[in-house]
Amino acid sequence: MGQMTEMLCSGHAACPGCMEALSLRHVIAELGPDTVAVIPPSCLAIIAGPQPLSGLRIPVYQPTLESSAAAASGLRRALDVRGRKDTHVVALAGDGGTYDIGFQSLSSAAERNENILYVCFDNEGYMNTGAQKSSSTPHYARTSSTPAGKLSRKKNLTEIMAAHEIPYAATATPGFLGDLVQKVRKAKSMRGLRLITLLVPCLDGWGVPDNFGVALARLAVESGVFPLYEVEDGYRYTLNGPAKTRPVSDYLDAQRRYRDVGEAEAAQLQREVDAGWARLQQKILSAA
Amino acid sequence: MSGKRVLLTGNHAAAWGARLARPKLVPVYPITPQTPILELLTEFQAAGEFDAEILTPESEHSVMAACIPASLAGVRVFTATASQGLMLMHEVLHYAVGARAPIVMANVNRTIGSPWAFWPDQTDSVAQRDTGWIQFYVESAQEALDSVIQAYRIAERVLVPAMVNIDAFYVSHALEPVTIPAQELVDEFLPPYAPEHFLDPQRGESWGNVVTQDMYYRHRRDIGAAMDRVPAVAEEAGRDWKDRTGRGWGVIERYRCEDAELAIVTMGSMCGTARDAVDALRDSGMAAGLLKVRLFRPLPAAQLREALSGIRDVLVLDRNFSPGVGGVLHQELRAALYGIKRAPHVHGYLAGVGGVNVPPERIMQFARDARASDAEAEPVWVK
Repeated sequence: MGQMTEMLCSGHAACPGCMEALSLRHVIAELGPDTVAVIPPSCLAIIAGPQPLSGLRIPVYQPTLESSAAAASGLRRALDVRGRKDTHVVALAGDGGTYDIGFQSLSSAAERNENILYVCFDNEGYMNTGAQKSSSTPHYARTSSTPAGKLSRKKNLTEIMAAHEIPYAATATPGFLGDLVQKVRKAKSMRGLRLITLLVPCLDGWGVPDNFGVALARLAVESGVFPLYEVEDGYRYTLNGPAKTRPVSDYLDAQRRYRDVGEAEAAQLQREVDAGWARLQQKILSAA
Repeated sequence: MSGKRVLLTGNHAAAWGARLARPKLVPVYPITPQTPILELLTEFQAAGEFDAEILTPESEHSVMAACIPASLAGVRVFTATASQGLMLMHEVLHYAVGARAPIVMANVNRTIGSPWAFWPDQTDSVAQRDTGWIQFYVESAQEALDSVIQAYRIAERVLVPAMVNIDAFYVSHALEPVTIPAQELVDEFLPPYAPEHFLDPQRGESWGNVVTQDMYYRHRRDIGAAMDRVPAVAEEAGRDWKDRTGRGWGVIERYRCEDAELAIVTMGSMCGTARDAVDALRDSGMAAGLLKVRLFRPLPAAQLREALSGIRDVLVLDRNFSPGVGGVLHQELRAALYGIKRAPHVHGYLAGVGGVNVPPERIMQFARDARASDAEAEPVWVK
């Protein structure tokens, strides 16, 4: 990855071993100092603060939870007006602020193809408020608002955003940092609305040891639960990560949030992952 | 007096005011009866006469959410809304004040659902009185144009956003002769926006970070201090505008209040009707006057006390309704006048709620009724 410019300061307030902090460090290092970040309420906002301290070496505007994409749009246009068209505007939002309450404004910003990079730090729930369910929480996962396991499936943000025919929609995880950095670099070189769905295992919320975040992020990819791919202009699909080589149970067994999942549920999840993987392969083939 | 004399609706006058103020970004969403403001601004822009970015998000909430960081990035911002749109913005209206973003917004006062209706009623904006926005209420198209321009000067001086409220249809859609001031005149009155602080990587300033109790306390106190400066700043802006255009708009206006036994107090288009009623009442022998509240937030309490002290009866006409309390201006005025020497009897009439028409003859009758009775603590429903 070469020489890295540190844009995330030490001493920030993330939990030990936090995958979000690790990912954030690489995302903003790649974007560089000519960047303004928009960070709604989330674990990221905690990492960025508190006043008068800042965990980031770039200006941060913290909007309301549901308005990151709208705020980033306004900021983008204002910087354009001031002749700062090359300054990057990046929204760094959680899955609650993206899949749920922030989705309306994100869809609108995508329709307008605003020149912003939107990175969704997806830890599959409202982890900052104590691990409640979001529409990104996967099927059967236990959260503090779904104590018996979530009954519905995870919303597929990347596909929905790709369907807006935005220039770039991609998935990434800190389990494959080289791929993550490469995707930020590629997105940085493009204009228009670019989205990266970044799967960040939450150690506490998912119930894994402090030193297991990277390994779990790799398991998510290797089991096919979270394939690494990118979509350009809504139709050019490219697989970037390894193929699906492991059973989903390897991924489930490593996390306490799936501790109540029985054989039938595990088999159902395997079928869902297999079907999703097959659909993705078709899209990649038809784009080739 | 320099300028071009034309026929304009209140909406188009507000759009002209915005154009002349040279905002660089206009996030905006259509809603009846505000939409003509949006349409005229986009026409100006398409014709190359208005050098501003137009941003058209999916909702008024996103409109205001976009306005705030754009303003914080050092850019002059304008928007317009009405009714439900203002309601949807409520959360971010507070946020804009906290951010000290001097956004200017025209709001066309319209009933709030449910049920659906499209009539003039000021409940939408008076319900935003605790957000911290400066609020003006105008009675004519000319005043709408002038107030939008003045609002920028005031908002940018104190770093508090400002709302110019225009009654639906009575003002927003009525054609009136309006003088459009020359661009050079407006440019001299309103220099480009150049804030001391703004979002920029070269400066490294941020906004919105989590603060301590004490920081929050001090921030709120600072907002209060900024609001306290508004009446004087607004008076100064009004005087300067009058010197340049011949048209003056104070924070309040006293019409025939000298030696008045009764003063009608109201806001917006009702002022025009009340003016005629006052003239007719004077002709009939009653010493009546009108006190127009143009600046509602901050409430110019000192000016109101001074203007109303010694007048026996004050008749407040509220074209808004706060269930459980009554008319908001009535409530505010009673609080502002409480405990003063020679305090007036304050009569609260809910007149025109829901857009019900209130002709001058009715206002004359309200005045006679008020003079003949002691003020009741409770508001009175009238039509």
